[in-house]
Amino acid sequence: MVTVIDGLSLGAIYALIALGYTMVYGIAKMLNFAHGDIIMVGAFAIFVTFSTLGHPLIAILVAVVICTVLGVTIERLAYRPLRTASPLAVLITAIGVSYLLQGIAQLIFGAGNNPVNFLASLGVVSFSLFGSQINVSWSSILTVGLGAILMVGLTLFVKYTRTGRAMRAVSEDRGAATLQGIDANKIIMITFAIGSFLAAFASLFYLSKTPVNPTFGSMPGIKAFTAAVIGGIGSIPGAMLGGILLGMIETICLSIPAISSYTTAIEFSVLIIILMIRPIGLLGKKRRVKV
Amino acid sequence: MALLEIKNLEVYYGVIQALKGISFEVNDGEIVTLIGANGAGKTTTMQAIMGLVPVKSGTITFDGKDITHLPGHKVVGLGLAQVPEGRRVFQELSVQDNLLLGAYLRKDKAGIESDMELIFDRFPRLKERRNQISGTLSGGEQQMLAMGRAMMTKPRILMLDEPSMGLSPILVDQVFSIITDWHKDGVTVLLVEQNAGKSLVISDRAYVLENGRIALSGTGAELMASEEVKKAYLGG
Repeated sequence: MVTVIDGLSLGAIYALIALGYTMVYGIAKMLNFAHGDIIMVGAFAIFVTFSTLGHPLIAILVAVVICTVLGVTIERLAYRPLRTASPLAVLITAIGVSYLLQGIAQLIFGAGNNPVNFLASLGVVSFSLFGSQINVSWSSILTVGLGAILMVGLTLFVKYTRTGRAMRAVSEDRGAATLQGIDANKIIMITFAIGSFLAAFASLFYLSKTPVNPTFGSMPGIKAFTAAVIGGIGSIPGAMLGGILLGMIETICLSIPAISSYTTAIEFSVLIIILMIRPIGLLGKKRRVKV
Repeated sequence: MALLEIKNLEVYYGVIQALKGISFEVNDGEIVTLIGANGAGKTTTMQAIMGLVPVKSGTITFDGKDITHLPGHKVVGLGLAQVPEGRRVFQELSVQDNLLLGAYLRKDKAGIESDMELIFDRFPRLKERRNQISGTLSGGEQQMLAMGRAMMTKPRILMLDEPSMGLSPILVDQVFSIITDWHKDGVTVLLVEQNAGKSLVISDRAYVLENGRIALSGTGAELMASEEVKKAYLGG
């Protein structure tokens, strides 16, 4: 039971990050490898705000604003000028932005670990289920609950709002979307804003697991990217499913001492097996190649 | 004054010149057709008007306003709508979402609702399938949806790129009768077609495009009578 909730909580973190990868891929047709580092910046924002002001809610708010603005700024300065460039140039730029952010963080904060544990200090809930005593941390419950709210909110937004409809249109056919009067650049900007907004919450939740340092975002970034690919990159429900699946697998593997040291290998094996059986990912859609 | 005026338009794809200085005009209330073989530059012309391909030189004027270098999404707002070649309906979206996307720039909720009802009255098949994913529609239904979507922008000029392509003869007749109906309702039409016969019949004027140049022009009736057009485009 504890494993399930912890797994869901790690899964929710991966899913929130994976959504950023998958939405940007679906709509801007690029892999934003700096996405993991936006989480790192968010975590530092929480660290700095919390250690100076001591107020967790303000810290979260500051992180959300900083991440969202950062995501939009990166898109505007680094990616938009390359809109018609080759995908490889964009990919390398994204990797460059990733190292740039890590470098700046190291310059300011050094390479050391900075623990932020206001989530851990919330303590644990104890209750008995089927006669056994169960302890679940508040941070896990919060992660699962808030993660679920964010994901449901995003799904409703994409499905039912005018902007959500435009996002789906740009994702499928940018030229045809333009013919409806949709400004694709604006929609791409909104996509980056939403992805980075979700990443800020991932920063918060991931801080309950590990202290922040300049490479804080690398591991969850790679795991979430894997989750996005497992789910079918470009697919929003796919990113959620992939994230939860990977979080569960990781938590279950770590809880079994005999295989815990092979956890990462097992996760990537799952990726390889799924891609062998279904190259487009679990919920990916086959796209017609347009001439 | 012409509603849409194209002057000495030149478009390049890399080093290849697709349009070699074409000029034509569409007056308010007309149906004008561009005919021409594959690769003559018809679709390029349509895309250049909508700001989808960069214009090297020349001007495009709509209602007295220079729109030559206006980005595509702004052109739509001025009252130009296009049914693109191959329809390009949003396959993964529902029929209703496709129509609502046509109305993306409009703020008049009541007007959008009533226009959507008009489209549904015109195309009952679309009404039956309004919540269905568009990719599941037949080719003819998708053509109707693409036309309905374009009308949802409330255009002053409706441009259709090969609307009869890939359709059965009955559906082709239906498409042309819808175009003439909408034209009677007050929409100016610019048509690009390989199906020269049917389009010349309903056209006020027409232009023949050959290798990126206007080779011939005249009224629909004049061009239908022209020996050159008969030989090259009317199969006789």
